[in-house]
Amino acid sequence: MSRKLPALTAESQRFWQGGAERRLFIHRCQPCQRFFHPPAPVCPHCLSEEVAATAVSGRGQVATFTINHQAWTPQLDLPYVIAIIELDEQPGLRLVSNVINCEPAKVRIGMRVEVEFLQQEDIWLPLFVEERS
Amino acid sequence: MKSDRLLEKNVAITGIGQSEVGRPSAKSAMALTIDACKEAIADAGLSRDDIDGVAAWPGDNNNGDAFSPVGPNALIGTLGLKVNWFGGGYEGPGPIAGIINGAMAIAAGLCNHVLVFRTITESSRRQVNKNAGALSNKTVGRDSSFFWQWYTPFNVVSGINLMAMYAQRHFHEYGTTEQQLAQIALTCRANAVHNEKAVFRTPLTMADYLDSRFISTPLRLLDCDVHCDASTAIILSRKEAARDGRNPPIRIEAIGSALHQPWSWDQIDLTGMAAKDSAKMLWQRTDYTPKDVGSAQLYDGFSILTLLWLEALGLCDKGQGGAFIEGGHRIALDGQLPINTNGGQLSGGRTHGLGYVHEACSQLWGRAALRQTRPHDVAVVAAGGGPLAGCVLLVKE
Repeated sequence: MSRKLPALTAESQRFWQGGAERRLFIHRCQPCQRFFHPPAPVCPHCLSEEVAATAVSGRGQVATFTINHQAWTPQLDLPYVIAIIELDEQPGLRLVSNVINCEPAKVRIGMRVEVEFLQQEDIWLPLFVEERS
Repeated sequence: MKSDRLLEKNVAITGIGQSEVGRPSAKSAMALTIDACKEAIADAGLSRDDIDGVAAWPGDNNNGDAFSPVGPNALIGTLGLKVNWFGGGYEGPGPIAGIINGAMAIAAGLCNHVLVFRTITESSRRQVNKNAGALSNKTVGRDSSFFWQWYTPFNVVSGINLMAMYAQRHFHEYGTTEQQLAQIALTCRANAVHNEKAVFRTPLTMADYLDSRFISTPLRLLDCDVHCDASTAIILSRKEAARDGRNPPIRIEAIGSALHQPWSWDQIDLTGMAAKDSAKMLWQRTDYTPKDVGSAQLYDGFSILTLLWLEALGLCDKGQGGAFIEGGHRIALDGQLPINTNGGQLSGGRTHGLGYVHEACSQLWGRAALRQTRPHDVAVVAAGGGPLAGCVLLVKE
């Protein structure tokens, strides 16, 4: 199914296209070493502009999730799982994504997941599957 | 005393008005707006020429879109107003931002009587296009919204998907159950039975709730508010100018408008939301405490938000919202803290923000007829979910 795709910006480009090299990029501040999301040209913690998209492990856990049952548009394959993933690199480093290739009823908060990319046009969406130990 | 130096205390609500609440209404958005505004002006004992300010949230921010088809620009000429200050716009502390902005304009000395209004025609829109409100339709082509672009590619199509994740997290952290959450919907419906303007008035049972289908787990159809066509108007007056009105002035005792986190639906405290910042500010600006509150009108665009506001405002302990509402007796019309006494948006209709202010004043003035609670002078109104959050403490003089 085709999805709504994001506009690319100087800040977001590596996040959305890092999947071409099978890597998930999250912005990181060089001086204070903290990651942050969504990407921006300045660190929201220390205001340094020495920030760069930095490859992360792509591993984390489900912070919370929902199983969507509503057919908002005809294109959706139901049901599907939307989740907030907390990445291993830093407590509270979160992004919204989907958990795929998993029975929705088996998804749990705290479940270990790893990234898997879905390419649509020039975007590689970072989706998550149950971690393969 | 944290009292008199805070200028919002010099502002009072002096009149309220509301159009019919239609599902749908045959009237135009502007006709509904005029009904509400004329009623509010008359209720305050004022005339059109007394109104020198207009405020709205979000105003007409999308070319007449049903979410907010009428803004101050259109209303001023239509009503022949001569204003010294006016303002609208989405970026602010949520659905009651018009009240907060209007109070600030009076406190700053820019005007004496501000007409605050909110019109919505989402029921009419849904007759034409059920998917018109989808988040993915907010932008044409690629999503360039600074926040939706991080959600819509993952098929977050409705706000419920985000707020369902707050509910799931609350269930996980605090052991909240679906039977507990049900009490928000059941309480609203029980109150709506006594409100002639409410959209849904058939009594509901726990079994009805548990049988209603999941939209986005753990939230069901009955956890979602109901679209309607309606307009609500509130008159704010400088306190010295409020004394001659028909109604005992209802003072804006304190405002909460803070946001100490990113404006984001996922980068904020998932069970505190912006509500916790807004509520903390509110109590820092008054000597009243949560124990003084006689009724609470708490945003129920989705039921979980009411529970999170109860906790954010300290009306119950953090994490204890489920236990507090269990069985429903504490939050019923005759309970220790009646909530959403007109049926809220879940059963009364999604008047979106100002409906809560209208109902709070109806209760304080003793005009709520069959749904009237025990007499009280202090009420709290809070609106918004996620990064949207604003609240006001109202005290009848």
